[in-house]
Amino acid sequence: MSTMAECVRLDSSTSTHTMDKSITLPPDEIFRNLENAKRFAIDIGGSLTKLAYYSTVQHKVAKVRSFDHNTKEASSDKLYEISVQEEVTARLHFIKFENAYIETCLDFIKDHLVNTDTKVIKATGGGAHKFKELIERKLGLRVDKEDEMTCLIKGCNFVLKNIPHEAFVYARHADSEFRFQTTYPEIFPYLLVNIGSGVSIVKVESEDKFERIGGSSIGGGTFWGLGALLTKTKRFDELLQLASRGQHTSVDMLVKDIYGGSYGSLGLTGDLIASSFGKSATADKEFSKEDMAKSLLHMISNDIGQLACLYAKLHNLSRVYFGGFFIRGHPVTMHTITYSINFFTKGEVQALFLRHEGYLGAIGAFLKGAEEDNPNQYSWGENYAGSSGLMSVSPDMNPMQRARSGTFDMLEMDRLERQLVNLPLLLDPSSYIPDTMDLTEDALAREYWLFCFEDALDGVVKRAVASQPDMPEAAERAEKFRHKYRHKLQTLRQQPFAYGSLTVRSLLDTREHCLNEFNFPDPYSKIKQKENDMALKYYQKAVKSLDELGWEERQFALVRGVLAGNVFDWGAKAVSDVLESDPEFGFEQAKRQLEERPWLIDSYDQWFERLKGPPHKCALFFVDNSGVDIILGVMPFVRELLSRGTEVVLASNSGPALNDVTNGELQILTERIAAMDSVIQDGLREDRLTLVQSGSSSPCLDLSRLDKVLANVVRERKTDLVIIEGMGRAIHTNYYAMLSCESLKMAVIKNSWLADRLGGKLFSVVFKYEVPAEKLSPDSAGLSPL
Amino acid sequence: MAFNGHQRDDDDGGIDEDETPTKQLRSEKEPHEPGNEASSSGGRATSERRSSNATPRLRRDSVKKTRPPFPWFGMDIGGTLVKLVYFEPKDITAEEEQEEVENLKSIRRYLTSNIAYGKTGIRDVHLELPDLTLCGRTGNLHFIRFPTHDLPAFLQMGRNKHFSSLHTTLCATGGGAYKFESDFRTMADLQLHKLDELDCLIRGVLYIDSVMSRGPSECYYFENPTDPDRCVQKPYTLENPYPLLLVNIGSGVSILAVYSENNYKRVTGTSLGGGTFLGLCCLLTGCSTFEEALEMASQGESTRVDKLVRDIYGGDYERFGLPGWAVASSFGNMMSKEKRESVSKEDLARATLVTITNNIGSITRMCALNENIERVVFVGNFLRVNTLSMKLLAYAMDYWSKGQLKALFLQHEGYFGAVGALLELLHPS
Repeated sequence: MSTMAECVRLDSSTSTHTMDKSITLPPDEIFRNLENAKRFAIDIGGSLTKLAYYSTVQHKVAKVRSFDHNTKEASSDKLYEISVQEEVTARLHFIKFENAYIETCLDFIKDHLVNTDTKVIKATGGGAHKFKELIERKLGLRVDKEDEMTCLIKGCNFVLKNIPHEAFVYARHADSEFRFQTTYPEIFPYLLVNIGSGVSIVKVESEDKFERIGGSSIGGGTFWGLGALLTKTKRFDELLQLASRGQHTSVDMLVKDIYGGSYGSLGLTGDLIASSFGKSATADKEFSKEDMAKSLLHMISNDIGQLACLYAKLHNLSRVYFGGFFIRGHPVTMHTITYSINFFTKGEVQALFLRHEGYLGAIGAFLKGAEEDNPNQYSWGENYAGSSGLMSVSPDMNPMQRARSGTFDMLEMDRLERQLVNLPLLLDPSSYIPDTMDLTEDALAREYWLFCFEDALDGVVKRAVASQPDMPEAAERAEKFRHKYRHKLQTLRQQPFAYGSLTVRSLLDTREHCLNEFNFPDPYSKIKQKENDMALKYYQKAVKSLDELGWEERQFALVRGVLAGNVFDWGAKAVSDVLESDPEFGFEQAKRQLEERPWLIDSYDQWFERLKGPPHKCALFFVDNSGVDIILGVMPFVRELLSRGTEVVLASNSGPALNDVTNGELQILTERIAAMDSVIQDGLREDRLTLVQSGSSSPCLDLSRLDKVLANVVRERKTDLVIIEGMGRAIHTNYYAMLSCESLKMAVIKNSWLADRLGGKLFSVVFKYEVPAEKLSPDSAGLSPL
Repeated sequence: MAFNGHQRDDDDGGIDEDETPTKQLRSEKEPHEPGNEASSSGGRATSERRSSNATPRLRRDSVKKTRPPFPWFGMDIGGTLVKLVYFEPKDITAEEEQEEVENLKSIRRYLTSNIAYGKTGIRDVHLELPDLTLCGRTGNLHFIRFPTHDLPAFLQMGRNKHFSSLHTTLCATGGGAYKFESDFRTMADLQLHKLDELDCLIRGVLYIDSVMSRGPSECYYFENPTDPDRCVQKPYTLENPYPLLLVNIGSGVSILAVYSENNYKRVTGTSLGGGTFLGLCCLLTGCSTFEEALEMASQGESTRVDKLVRDIYGGDYERFGLPGWAVASSFGNMMSKEKRESVSKEDLARATLVTITNNIGSITRMCALNENIERVVFVGNFLRVNTLSMKLLAYAMDYWSKGQLKALFLQHEGYFGAVGALLELLHPS
């Protein structure tokens, strides 16, 4: 007896698997990088197996190295040399497939596993026992069982920490069914309700502290077992199908069946269920399978929801995640659980679901096995190129899509070189959303951007090939890239929620991931090099002409310089042509292209007034493009800040993205500029000018995932001004970001659709100077309306 | 019924043991519509106006004046059962006897000389309360029930016996009082006085407990609930009962937190109740009555149907303190075709009973923790002749709370709403 239940995956006796050996696995898509694989873990559930392993991936990376100018070794006039090097990075692979393929998969792994010193495979899940012998025989690894709950929680913590859009609320019939949630920066405490055959309710307080505070025996097994008895339908998915077609009101006794209407004094509406299956006790009639399945689904979902709420209330928790095979991506159960939670908490608690819920056990088991490497000391990022993403599972939309026979679902996580943390200057980290537009919810914007990225694909492919002239197979790889990225775009058209909220940032990042996947680490490296070379030649002249201006004029010229520099973008074809021929002329041209004041967003007057005041203690500047932008636009601006007595921290990308200047490039550029400019030189020598990497390789900017070193520098230097430059960082992202210090967002809108959206036109200027409310003095009020 | 807490607070002074209508005077000063009172509920303040009540003499005068004419009925029309209490006066004087109209006599005789009515009506003779003084009259209180779907037959009988000619007020509670109000009017020419079911329930519980404290105990519990060999029913004195959690298990379940006789709130409820047990049993076993379902359940073995912790872990799941005998998944074994084919109807009935009962226990326990209440009184007709469920509840409360919670039961299980309705007739609030 008792109502306390254990989280278990399904008993092996429920699955009648035949070993299907007929499938062949495409090695470049599934079980990738097996030759370097180590540390295996496996989670075998009632119907699905999840396999995890760690591999090292040989990556081509573009490195820049300064020529030694003293030794005259550099015969060319190039500023620095670019070399493509092999770099080894760590990657986690997670593959999900039907139990029927276990044997095939084990064979495949054995055949492709080259020299591994792995001796043990960590295993969890109800089916681990059943397949123990098979695994040991096939792989020659010792199966080491891990506690399911521990694995589940470890996995859950891992995805919540490392995947920003992991959690979502489900809203059927809404514009977007999946609404992704920010769980940052503090993921604890939370409640995990795991609905396996029974229900376990676990309170998680920290990485290492969790407690099973309760549970229920009425769970997925009850739905399945009782459902099979009532409807003679054997499969769980079929039962859900039945339920989604049924009407529970013919089986359940509703409030209105008892009252004739609502029970007004208690606020119970007539449609509420008073007694589940209440009508089948009195009515002498046959009930349809569909109706009974629906009634059963409601009964179980409501019951679980109610208990979850009672536990959440008792422990004062507001974040409640649901998982387990009863939930696992099934819209029907996500809907009924969501409904129940809303009902019982009157909307105070939202039911949360996880994109990678099915992988938690495998991830956790893997992490248990990898404890000596301490994977939790690193930050990890979802690799969009190697991950399948969340598939649409709505049975209304496409009933057959759920039949995933023969399909393999994958998740790949890259170990990031840098540990990522919040920018300490975010006003409210828990409500910070980097992206300005959520394309998951905005269908028009989604249409446009998907088209835009597809349209640009030819150009990207061409540039990728052109960047590797010495490599004959580059064209073939570029085609593979094209195929992969186009496929991703098509997937996203169907399932915009596949990788969390769809945003311009995620589209850009996906493209970068796909390029990397096919060894195009930096298609713009040569272009950037050439641009930087050219722009440097005009640096002194530019600075000189600025110095000749009076103070007031200079301040405005500096801002215009940054803006004009920002016009230079390889996306803006009109300017890029002139740039190549004559950068100085191009720069002047760009200034003329700029919108005249008043700009679209124009708080220049406030900024100018501020400049009359005391200097800032320290400015953090997130830079954008190489070439004219950084050298002729940003550097003179930085120089002025330094002259005012403001320390400057220049934050640039850790890895390449489009023509954005990377930290490696910026180091060299700054040295070269310092050689020509004593202000910059003094700044470097006196440590008032610092270069840090952002931790990112994206043309956009997520202020909640920045290099830990950057965060420390920002804190130590008491940074009181944040400058964000460029469309990717200041418009596509962070347009609405609220900071706890003064901030300046500068960008030129180089896309007419976006300009239109924001009420401007091509080359409209955004100059958004903001002061947080409490620092606002009465006479400096009146900020930008946006 | 599932749903969230509802705070209830009215001016009703409750029922006193000396059955004087203490509220009568007050209610004349503050008339309000009983049917709507719940909606105007506010905080949880108790009435402090009792002290202003009239002297005994005054009360006795008012008793006579306001005593309603016979017959005295209280009715609770639930989703599955209609519960009827009937007060049979035994102190009828010769004078009264002569005055008594024939219709009234006939109803009295019909009800008191039978123990079954029609095909489905039953008088629970063992629950009868003899020699009860109500409103200055002495008599027997009878407890009668019949299925709600036979209400038309009941109305027909009322019509045949010219019930409406008696000009009595018929106090009724339960959802059916609302649903069937017009049927009462059109079929039997009867005007219902509708009452809130939770008000009636609490009033009924407190009243029956108070009158029974003179005789055999109304309230009881199970001693040694976790030891089947030593588990015995023991009387319990429900003195200073507050706060208590009142769990009413009818077709659905309502859970109330009661802080005083006129201060309570509905904490929550669940749709997994008696109706679910019977409904599922009918579908799974082909049975058709509650008694049949219970009989089957008593012969079955739920562990063949449910998946236990030990079925998965081979024993206790020590890491989380789960004993091997605990149910991990209700009906979990039924996921397997072979096992579906090997279980009996009795096993299925037993598993259904255990599942529903334990779930009620689980939700109740959580409510008790959230409300910080240690005493739980289970009532409702699901518990009628259902010692199995009562012992399960007693066990569950005791085991999972490590002895903190006490499960209490009442002899008149499902009749409290009807009693509350009768009291409303005699002592309108």
